[in-house]
Amino acid sequence: MAEAAVQTKDVTAPAAGARSVDALAARLDALAVPKGGFTAAARADALARLQAMGLPGPRDEYWRYTDPKAFNAPVPQPIPIEEKAPDSPLFTDLDRIVLVFVDGQFIAQESTDLAGQGLEIDILSAADQGADHWAADLYGVLETAGQNPVKRPFAALNTVAATDGVLIRVTGKAEKPVHILHRRGSADADVTWHHVIRLEEGAELTLLETGMVGARSNGMIEADLAAGAKLHHIAAKRAGHQKLGFSAIFARVATEAQFKSFTLSVNGTLMRHEGVIEFVGDDAVAHIAAAVLGDGAKGPFHHDDTVFVTHGAERCESRQVFKKVLKNGAKGVFQGKILVKPGAQKTDGYQISQALLLDEDSQFLAKPELEIYADDVVCSHGSTTGALDETALFYLRSRGVPRDRAIVLLVLSFLADALEEVEDEALRGQINDRLEAWLTRRAKI
Amino acid sequence: MLKIDNLHVKLEDEDKQILKGLSLEVPAGEVHAIMGPNGSGKSTLSYVLSGRDGYEVTEGGASLDGEDLLEMEPEERAAAGLFLAFQYPVEIPGVGNMTFLRTALNAQRKARGLDEMSSGDFLKLVREKAKALKIDADMLKRPVNVGFSGGEKKRNEILQMAMLEPRMCIMDETDSGLDVDAMRLVADGVNALRSPDRSFLVITHYQRLLDHIQPDVVHIMADGRIVRTGGPELALEVEKNGYGDLLAEAD
Ligand SMILES: Nc1ncnc2c1ncn2[C@@H]1O[C@H](COP(=O)(O)OP(=O)(O)OP(=O)(O)O)[C@@H](O)[C@H]1O
Ligand SMILES: [Mg+2]
Repeated sequence: MAEAAVQTKDVTAPAAGARSVDALAARLDALAVPKGGFTAAARADALARLQAMGLPGPRDEYWRYTDPKAFNAPVPQPIPIEEKAPDSPLFTDLDRIVLVFVDGQFIAQESTDLAGQGLEIDILSAADQGADHWAADLYGVLETAGQNPVKRPFAALNTVAATDGVLIRVTGKAEKPVHILHRRGSADADVTWHHVIRLEEGAELTLLETGMVGARSNGMIEADLAAGAKLHHIAAKRAGHQKLGFSAIFARVATEAQFKSFTLSVNGTLMRHEGVIEFVGDDAVAHIAAAVLGDGAKGPFHHDDTVFVTHGAERCESRQVFKKVLKNGAKGVFQGKILVKPGAQKTDGYQISQALLLDEDSQFLAKPELEIYADDVVCSHGSTTGALDETALFYLRSRGVPRDRAIVLLVLSFLADALEEVEDEALRGQINDRLEAWLTRRAKI
Repeated sequence: MLKIDNLHVKLEDEDKQILKGLSLEVPAGEVHAIMGPNGSGKSTLSYVLSGRDGYEVTEGGASLDGEDLLEMEPEERAAAGLFLAFQYPVEIPGVGNMTFLRTALNAQRKARGLDEMSSGDFLKLVREKAKALKIDADMLKRPVNVGFSGGEKKRNEILQMAMLEPRMCIMDETDSGLDVDAMRLVADGVNALRSPDRSFLVITHYQRLLDHIQPDVVHIMADGRIVRTGGPELALEVEKNGYGDLLAEAD
């Protein structure tokens, strides 16, 4: 169990050791850190915080299952750029606003017109030339709030070093989804992107993210949902087999707002996704879910989901649904916490993390935590690790379904609960098809 | 059609012999019944024929139309026309009954070099077969066997059989758990499938099913072997006197 949330901003933390100070300096040196306009103060503050906390080591409580070494290294190993992705791009048939980023840099010529009904979009690198922006109230602010009680050095690093991203302010029901499409440009890119999303009262947005970023990436979303707002976030990430990726989503959810985030993640040497959600108003809903597929055949696979949900208001509902399918020595990690603060009565908190191990070499490590300071709440969590159901497999085969196909069906059925978290049926269908294609390709190997 | 010759089977992980020289032949178009005490190896026989893991054939063999069954993968046996209605049908959460039926049907068609059935034709066919077995649309939509009652599961097995139209149907205690009306439905389903080039091997404990599905031959199985073979009257004898006399005679 973690300590109760009694610390305030951690400026008194012992100075990190000299070695890690050097490591951090080398890490920062290798990045082209922008000075920043409206973000300048936030960046300076984040730098001070980062210097106080230092880079993580394997002894840090939330880094025991995931070795941060490759994230700490000054530069990533270059990864050759694939000629052609094995799957066609997702969501292309939708009428949407497309924002193209190459190595984390916005490419206006390849993007659609940014104007859309119900929203305004700015590009961070351009907006940050100026001293004022609405996003100044949020940039690094939700991240800072999310540093307590668990330190998140790479999130702070992101606030310090982000070079680009989008700033979206939604004022009504956004007519079209916004699709952020990442592409790789060079083999050794180390990319830091940072999006800020603000949904005003009653506003609605569907945010889609796809593509690959860099040889290493550090990506962040800060999402602020005002009363009654709805954000539906769907990320479909395909990493290269040598890729390193850290990402974080910080959400602040006000009264009756709904936040839903689903991530599909395949491949990747070392991936860590942190979800940090805080309810600040009553009767709100937040769901965070992921389907992760890992095959260690073409290189190491390690995927870590670390989630922290804070119930600081009454009658809020949170759901965490995480499913990982692992084979050929792939390793999955889940660290999920529900914190119910004093007074957050009638909280409904749910958390499930499950792994399907397709062989005996693969491994799943889970650390579910509940910390509850209110008496009238319903919270549950569960975690399971299992193999494929041999009886079900035989039953399918006895009906003529070939073994490979039967395995694909059973894996999809294992993932179904996570996919259910994608509300839109058409989008869910596309993701399901994508999963099926990936699994079918793997089944043949 | 089905020929089983001196079949010896033991458990793979244990030194336990279950089938001990079982021989049996079911010609095309015939219905054979197997009766026998609990634990005599009837389900084991059906599993070994359909290719379940965990068993080791130590001697003898089995063939379908002259093709060595034991060499084939379970899905190849299905495509060759073998079907097992399970004693305990398996629940598969997350896989819809319709998806399951359709995937199975099209996989078999593909294996036989036929085109996939169109969704329209498929739907029509399922609805028709399901109606005959009084399986409602809701059951078709649910995940395979999940939340089905015992009798519903058995009817679902027969629905699969009706859809897949196998040539060699093995039914392992399909009658247990069925109420009187359901038993008639299942028997009607089976009788509708009877044809000169389709055979049945019906495993049962009760004469009652055999009132509805008239067998040509009845085998009595005990301790991993067929100990008696006769006509329908053999089932009546079991019903009346139990296995005691028959087994004593066989010894
Ligand atoms: N996997 C297994 N592990 C251990 N014992 C087994 C296994 N499978 C079968 N057996 C044993 O083999 C014997 C035959 O079992 P089987 O299920 O084939 O009997 P059955 O004739 O179908 O019985 P019933 O009429 O009760 O259905 C039993 O003694 C059973 O316990
Ligand atoms: Mg049995």
